[in-house]
Amino acid sequence: MSTTIATTLDLKGLSCPLPIVKTAVALRTLRPGEVVEVLATDPGSVADFAAWCRSTGNELLAHAADGGTYRFVIRRK
Amino acid sequence: MSQTTTDALPTALAEAQTRRRTDKLVIFTWGGDLDKVWPTLILATTAAAMGMEVLVFFTFWGLFPLVRNDVRLTGDNWMQKAMSLLHRGGTEHLRLSQMNFAGAGPAMMRKLAADHHVASPQELLELASDMGVRLVPCQMTMDLLGLKREDMIDGLGEPAGAATALAEAQDAITLFI
Repeated sequence: MSTTIATTLDLKGLSCPLPIVKTAVALRTLRPGEVVEVLATDPGSVADFAAWCRSTGNELLAHAADGGTYRFVIRRK
Repeated sequence: MSQTTTDALPTALAEAQTRRRTDKLVIFTWGGDLDKVWPTLILATTAAAMGMEVLVFFTFWGLFPLVRNDVRLTGDNWMQKAMSLLHRGGTEHLRLSQMNFAGAGPAMMRKLAADHHVASPQELLELASDMGVRLVPCQMTMDLLGLKREDMIDGLGEPAGAATALAEAQDAITLFI
């Protein structure tokens, strides 16, 4: 199944807790099932997005590291 | 003794696993230092981002970050006014509990935070309010310090007392910072 990305959040340069907080705020504007792509450079965000998705029930579809940039693809619960 | 501990472990684990998950956080903010207020606001906004219901009860020096940055002198009598002269409050005027060095410490912390794109207490406070975090000032300490609603920032909940905060805390994770 191909994943259509509804919106991309460029959160590069931001530190904890802003990547999570801004993603959560943005997700409220999406409908359930819609997908957001997040770009971040905070190394802590790797663990944080996994924990946040586990806790909130939003689905972490993919995550990858490219140089110093981390990419997360998340489907809203 | 170690045998008893080992035996009790599986039971404790099972209890922990069946314990109801708590989706509510209540923070009692009693400290007004930058190094207490900052983590308080980071935890409050993150908990809200995790879908938790969050209430922060600001009491004693914890009221400092809620004072408007442009308010200088507060209070009705000379003692309250003297207190506000010693510490004016406001997110931009918070001090460090250690390594304050007459304001040099906080200035360095703010510079480092800006360089590392860490959100300022002011930004976090506004985010918390926007995200539905209830920010409740303690009525008693407001009276004690002579702080009025017009001395304090917008977006606060109704001032309340210890019973309100404790009632909210009964089914919540609680932190005392």
